[in-house]
Amino acid sequence: MAVMVVVAFVAFLMFNFVGDPVDNMVGQEASYADREAMRDRLGLNDPFLVQFTRFAGNAVQGEFGISYRLQRPVADLISERMPATLELVMASAILAILIGIPLGVYTGIRRDALSSRLVLMFSLVGVSLPTFVIGILLIYVFAVILGVLPSFGRGEAVQLGWWSTGFLTVSGWKAIILPSITLALFQMTLILRLVRSEMLEVMRTDYIKFARARGLSDRTINFGHAFKNTLVPVITIIGLNVGSLIAFSIITETVFQWPGMGFLFIQAVGFADVPVMAAYLVLVALVFVGINLLVDILYFVVDPRLRVDRSVAMGGDE
Amino acid sequence: MKTRNQILTALMMGCAALAITPASAKNTIRWASQGDALTSDPHAANESPTHSASRKVYDVLYYNNKNMKLTPWLATGFKLKDSTTWEFSLRKGVKFHDGTPFTAEDVKFSIERAQSPTSDLKGDISSIKEVKIIGPHTVQIITKEPNPILTNQLTNVFIMSKAWSEKNKVTKPQDRAGKEETYAVRHAMGTGPFKLKLREPDIKTVLVKNTEWWGLKDYPHEVDEIIYTPIANPATRVAALLSGELDFILDPPLQDLNRIKNTPGLQLKQTAQVRTIFLGMNQGRPELLASNVKGKNPLADQRVRQAMYQAINIDAIKKKVMRGYSVPAGIITPPAVHGYTEELNKRRPYDLAASKKLLAAAGYPDGFSIQLDCPNNRYINDEGICQAVVGMLGKIGIKVSLSAIPKTIHFPKIKNRETDFYMLGWGVSTLDSHYVFNYLVKSADKGWNGTGFKDDAINDLIGKIEKEVDFPKRDAMIAMVWKKMKNNVNYLPLHHQVIVWAMNDKIDVPIVADDGVRFIYTKFKK
Repeated sequence: MAVMVVVAFVAFLMFNFVGDPVDNMVGQEASYADREAMRDRLGLNDPFLVQFTRFAGNAVQGEFGISYRLQRPVADLISERMPATLELVMASAILAILIGIPLGVYTGIRRDALSSRLVLMFSLVGVSLPTFVIGILLIYVFAVILGVLPSFGRGEAVQLGWWSTGFLTVSGWKAIILPSITLALFQMTLILRLVRSEMLEVMRTDYIKFARARGLSDRTINFGHAFKNTLVPVITIIGLNVGSLIAFSIITETVFQWPGMGFLFIQAVGFADVPVMAAYLVLVALVFVGINLLVDILYFVVDPRLRVDRSVAMGGDE
Repeated sequence: MKTRNQILTALMMGCAALAITPASAKNTIRWASQGDALTSDPHAANESPTHSASRKVYDVLYYNNKNMKLTPWLATGFKLKDSTTWEFSLRKGVKFHDGTPFTAEDVKFSIERAQSPTSDLKGDISSIKEVKIIGPHTVQIITKEPNPILTNQLTNVFIMSKAWSEKNKVTKPQDRAGKEETYAVRHAMGTGPFKLKLREPDIKTVLVKNTEWWGLKDYPHEVDEIIYTPIANPATRVAALLSGELDFILDPPLQDLNRIKNTPGLQLKQTAQVRTIFLGMNQGRPELLASNVKGKNPLADQRVRQAMYQAINIDAIKKKVMRGYSVPAGIITPPAVHGYTEELNKRRPYDLAASKKLLAAAGYPDGFSIQLDCPNNRYINDEGICQAVVGMLGKIGIKVSLSAIPKTIHFPKIKNRETDFYMLGWGVSTLDSHYVFNYLVKSADKGWNGTGFKDDAINDLIGKIEKEVDFPKRDAMIAMVWKKMKNNVNYLPLHHQVIVWAMNDKIDVPIVADDGVRFIYTKFKK
């Protein structure tokens, strides 16, 4: 809660620097008096603290006002755009995990094989190329040259209650391929490299040597013993990265004209659409807080020591 | 229940689409531009992309056609009863998309709606005092004072259905300080050539042909369906055109034009836009805000301004920065505007030696320092142009520091007089010089004329031009103002922006100088 109040406060401070929204809202012909009248109506002439308190008071009640740009309630806009972003993030996270973890384990175990080296080399591309370059590159190859995938948009979306999904149509599936790869690539290489280095470390421990001495199969050692021990840092990173996937989706969404929240935010910045920017930033803060909480809970699930330590510590207190 | 219905509807629509697609040979245009219209409410935003979108669904009394010529549209003509009473006869047999007949009631309602406090068009038509209904197809518009350009000012006042607006509680445009979205933001009811079928702001807009449109016999266009998707990223927009996912893009980036031109099956169209780019200089301030000259204002001296003008190599800017897509300007208004002449548009020669001499004569042989404020997301290559200007003025010893900032910060600086030297571009919606004079020449403490220059003779002339209904007399006064402005060098004109549209060769959409697409002129190649 405190985090979100701080985020909202800092965000509000910054809005003083994005410029004058009234300019975008009225035509160049509008007179000075008309502009002032508009500013008064929107409460933009009030002192900073008054504006902030009003925003916070309304936000607590789930009321974020009307978008200056699209003239529609911000809450509606965000709930319309959120499914697109979440589906994209979900697809990217799954891609990153399903490809990143097995490759990490593989390159960790066979550290000297040629195939491992090739995978590592390729993964460098993922870290070093900026997202928008990867996006444009993919568009160029798969949309312009090969003509097999769409270069923009989300395909046909189907409305399930308030949630609009692209997963029920062929065009929706086709449309999500390029953006999700673009968004996943960086996270995938990060996970791959992390899992690999953790694996290398764990494989050197006595614990693994004992396991081998006991004559356990490679498979059990690699996945049952070694891999499990790498999980704590990997979960932390994945957790934090789901958050940054949502944040980074801004760029991917802009490149692919993906109708999500990030795109809404970028458009809002260009227009100085304060209600949308404020609501988006608060929401992203909420997501980060939620994910951190979830990650902390997951630690207890995968690492039994935490549970033991806790009870010991508590016993000591008494 | 709602959910189930939605799924059912979606399924049915899917089946219908499958059933229809193979059989019909529909003429569909899929097109994109950088940003969507702000709203479907035709009176809620005074912005050209929004007007361009409204023009497809709504009609106006007078229309700017593809050659930017004023054409009677829902009005068939007018009689001036006296200098302030205009009697318009309205077109008969016109129907709104829901079948309601169009009458004088709708005209009165729409004009009054456009004048209401939450309307963004009220400034354009502030001269209108009253609209009187004379008969079902006759209205009188009474202006406060004689107004020679009333019909020009009506070209963006879109006519809505009174019955529909009352039924859906949209008799006033959206108030952005309110909490609710009004019905007109995503729905429309006009008499125009296309009907709004689907509106998802920022995502997709689908229009279908209005087969009952009154204008079909004069403008027999072949477009059955228009699908618009905004695509903000220029590279993606071009890729979608190259891959054939789009038929037409309104704003291809300059660096991709050659590539598009050389792609078989694609074509470019270009024309000078109704927008001129220029630099403003504050001449009224006793001392500049950011300069090494203290106690006096170098820009107040005509010789300094002329020296700066003649130091700008506009052909180099055209060639290097604009890649050939600009028309050098001698005055700050473009060819489509009434009052423009070739003679006025002739520039003073680029002449560094003359510039230096003028500077020395004015008392600045070593130049001076100044800050140039420039937008970086408003005009075509705006920041690049400013960078070029910085280098060129450097050659005569004027040290310019450049501040390139987003438009939302740049424009308030001009209007609040917080800049000495700035870039501005000006489009002219009424296509009349008075519009330029009123905003950029008439002296004012606030607003768009940030030059601070004051000439009572010019102010007086502008006041007269506003009310003069004797057209030859009025034209002479317009010419006089332009000549004075040119001699004074109150502004440094740079160029008229050139717009380029890219499309595939299956369609032929004529390019229009206001950058608004008029699909009613579209031809398809079979």
